[in-house]
Amino acid sequence: MARSTVDVDTARPTGSPPGGRGRAGLGVGSDGTSSPLGLVLKIAALALLAAVAVWGAVPLVRTQNWIGLAVLVAVTLLGFYVYLSPRTIPLKYLLPGTLFLIAFQILPIVYTVATAFTNFSDGHRGSKEEAIAAIEGASVQQVPGSPVYDLTIAADGDPSTGDLVFLLADPTTDQVFAGTSDGLAPLSAADVQRSDAGRITAAEGYTVLDVAQISDRQDDLTAFTVPTDDGAIRNQGLSSAFDGAPQRAYDAGCDCITDAASGRTWTADDGNGAFVADDGQTLAQGWRVGVGLRNFGAIFTNDVIRSSFLRIVVWNFAFAFLTVLITFGLGLLVALALNNPMLKGKTFYRSLIILPYAMPAVAMYLVWRNMFNTDFGLINRILGTHVNWLGNTASSMVAILLVQLWLGYNYMFLVITGALQSIPKDLTEAAGVDGAKPFYAFRTITFPLLLVALAPLLISSFAFNFNNFNAIYLVTQGGPFSPDNPSAGGTDLLITYTYRLAFGGAGADYGFAAAISVVIFLIVGVISVLAFRRTRALEEVN
Amino acid sequence: MRGCRWKLAVGAIVATTTLGACGGGTGDAGGGGDSGLLIWAGSGTGGDALKQVAQRFGEENGVPVDVELLPGDELQTNFVTASQGNNAPDVVCGAHDWIGNLVQNGTIDPIQLLPAVREDLQPLAVQAVTYNGQVYGMPFTMNSLVLYRNTDLAPDAPATIEDLVATGQQLQAAGRVTEVLALPVSDTGNAYFMYPLFTSAGGYVFGTAPDGSFDSTDLGLAAPQAVTAYQQIGALGEKGQGVLKRSISAENDLSLFTDGHTAFMVEGPWQLPNLAKSSVPYDISPVPGFADGGPASPFITVDACYVASRGEHRTLGQEYVANFWSRPDVQAAYQKAAEAVPASLTVLDQIRDTQPLVAEAADIAAQSGQIMPSIPEMAAVWDPWGKAEAAVVAGADPRTTITAAATTIRGAIGG
Repeated sequence: MARSTVDVDTARPTGSPPGGRGRAGLGVGSDGTSSPLGLVLKIAALALLAAVAVWGAVPLVRTQNWIGLAVLVAVTLLGFYVYLSPRTIPLKYLLPGTLFLIAFQILPIVYTVATAFTNFSDGHRGSKEEAIAAIEGASVQQVPGSPVYDLTIAADGDPSTGDLVFLLADPTTDQVFAGTSDGLAPLSAADVQRSDAGRITAAEGYTVLDVAQISDRQDDLTAFTVPTDDGAIRNQGLSSAFDGAPQRAYDAGCDCITDAASGRTWTADDGNGAFVADDGQTLAQGWRVGVGLRNFGAIFTNDVIRSSFLRIVVWNFAFAFLTVLITFGLGLLVALALNNPMLKGKTFYRSLIILPYAMPAVAMYLVWRNMFNTDFGLINRILGTHVNWLGNTASSMVAILLVQLWLGYNYMFLVITGALQSIPKDLTEAAGVDGAKPFYAFRTITFPLLLVALAPLLISSFAFNFNNFNAIYLVTQGGPFSPDNPSAGGTDLLITYTYRLAFGGAGADYGFAAAISVVIFLIVGVISVLAFRRTRALEEVN
Repeated sequence: MRGCRWKLAVGAIVATTTLGACGGGTGDAGGGGDSGLLIWAGSGTGGDALKQVAQRFGEENGVPVDVELLPGDELQTNFVTASQGNNAPDVVCGAHDWIGNLVQNGTIDPIQLLPAVREDLQPLAVQAVTYNGQVYGMPFTMNSLVLYRNTDLAPDAPATIEDLVATGQQLQAAGRVTEVLALPVSDTGNAYFMYPLFTSAGGYVFGTAPDGSFDSTDLGLAAPQAVTAYQQIGALGEKGQGVLKRSISAENDLSLFTDGHTAFMVEGPWQLPNLAKSSVPYDISPVPGFADGGPASPFITVDACYVASRGEHRTLGQEYVANFWSRPDVQAAYQKAAEAVPASLTVLDQIRDTQPLVAEAADIAAQSGQIMPSIPEMAAVWDPWGKAEAAVVAGADPRTTITAAATTIRGAIGG
């Protein structure tokens, strides 16, 4: 791979396979793929890329997502070009990482930010057309006094292409009909065969469809109804049909929905994505529209949010900072203790400490919550106390930090042990020779070197714990809650608090949730930038 | 939608299963080609029974049927998201209180009940799946809370809460039990379990319009009765008689009862199969109300199957829900496999002798239950309501607590 700096067009790398001679234009063998194994791997990887592209194209074509298909084709072609062309050596290294970065980092952020400016929420998910279809579909009611027919689905002629026909038997009058898109026509009882239950099994001139044939014609069936005076006969499944009429209909002229029975109208409000009546009542089925900065405005003008926001931010910082501090502190102590060369059975102790790290954190959070139970919890039983650990703010903060410590110090121990191995022994030995006491040597030499190695890890641990939803939600659920404010608890983090706000209403409000995510993203982002600056300063000192 | 398409495109490019993240179960649901029925249901109790019933539908109609069991707490969201991405199953089965949200998202279709089907079902079950005047699902269970008692410790069913407390406290004084009653409260409250006591003391959750639908502008927690109800509940709490405790939750109530630490437990009939496995002799009775109060009404919840609006095989889905599930023999097959409280009256008659406790639970629900509201606004009520209840049990002032909860709920539902 070091050969990548060689200008492949003019200077052929040594050791390239003879097969590549004179075929530099095709790229094979002339771009660093010098060994037969490498060539085979490259062909296999490109074949896989092609296979994946075909696999991905099928659903895109089926859903007629042409933009997606164009992107897919473009990226696949780019991949082939980059790895077959001899001129694109830097890209060969950068392409996969860049694509993954775009797919998993940049697109979700863009999508979240875009969502923050919409009213995307339950009841406002799809397009206006979908909302209208849902309103009309949900209002179909059986015409009063009309029967529910026993249905047999048939075709006029060929099962797969002939016009659909509903062979209908009215169980109340025992009459039989053939329903076509022209309407209902009576059938002669002599022309049909019927089952014991009265359903038509065969009719002169029509082909009865079986279940598979009906399934294949689902699209035709969705569009097919038999018009009647009051509505239209539509099928309900394979074996019954009823005369129904939508009670609500959309009128493009007034851009409104009218209810046939009551005459009430709901006019489209494209600013809010809902049909609104004159008295302010809205229909439940709305659609998704852009709402500008409204979601952000809601964050900063909501009284409930304003009253608790500062307190939650402070605890959120304290929680993340203290979690990092105590897990790092305990991890450091244990790592130093187990790093002593005099100690026997180090491997055993180390595996013992790492063991909890191997257990799923989610389950551990639940176990810990039960241990804090006032009457039946392990902790009160062992201590012989009757403390309601999760019942007041201070003790539940202690409790949650204790859980975090237990779950987190092993990880810190692991990385500190690793970092300790990499610090040259002669530094501390030299300090010892110069007369430095062990603690002084640790404080001035080992610890700063450790920090240089671990600072990025500590920052990422901070960022992770800043949004540690599981820890809070599974142990305290954000509680305890004061009786006069059920929306903000004593141990709520921004993420659990806003989760409750965004998903605690009448359905999930993704637009609002996205707006809050953007705000949290900005907070964490600023802190991370500042912290990394600080780290760089640390390295310069070093 | 557009974001989802982007994800689709990129997901395909980088050879990941981002497709699944967009739609969930894409491969099976949206694969096309096969003409089978796809059903989504919760993986909890009854999941396997649903599979058996679905199998039968497949055999009768000669179509492949696939039942996918998803974690119950994610099913509703996954279904709505999948419907958005055109990866919806044909049928989804779940609790009736999803209907409001599923309808506002345009994801399920109404069905027409034949008169004979309507007559076969518990009237309250039909009412539960009725929303805005339309029937949306085919009910197959009907659950409400009952009082379990250890018949060794408490041979007679208590007629009132006061009776229950007296019996429990005698047993407690005699050292035979440690807790008077196992009624799940938990640190953040559980309004579902407290509802019988709340209604007996005069409370309600939403007012009802003349046609039986719920009126989200009439919030029961803001009514004066709510305060007096919570004063009575608070008297049973940690600073009162110590009958209701936050340390008892839905995680430990069953073990308290089966280990003999308490003589009484308020739980759902879905615990009957679990109790049958324990060594405790038990019986059930209605949850008692306060001596000077009204009847104690637990919430009724109904499990039902719904026709997805955007399923690939709508006709099969309709046939399954409206014409197949409605048959008493199918409902009986499900009941037999799941040991659930049936919604079908025919099935109820069939099991009276063989499963008397299940039949008893059905009667309790039919006689004393109230339908849990299915309007979307209900989602905004549970959390503040439960917390208010936990605070009252802990000894907080009922008036400030309930007022704060009502304010929070009003803010969330914009009422």
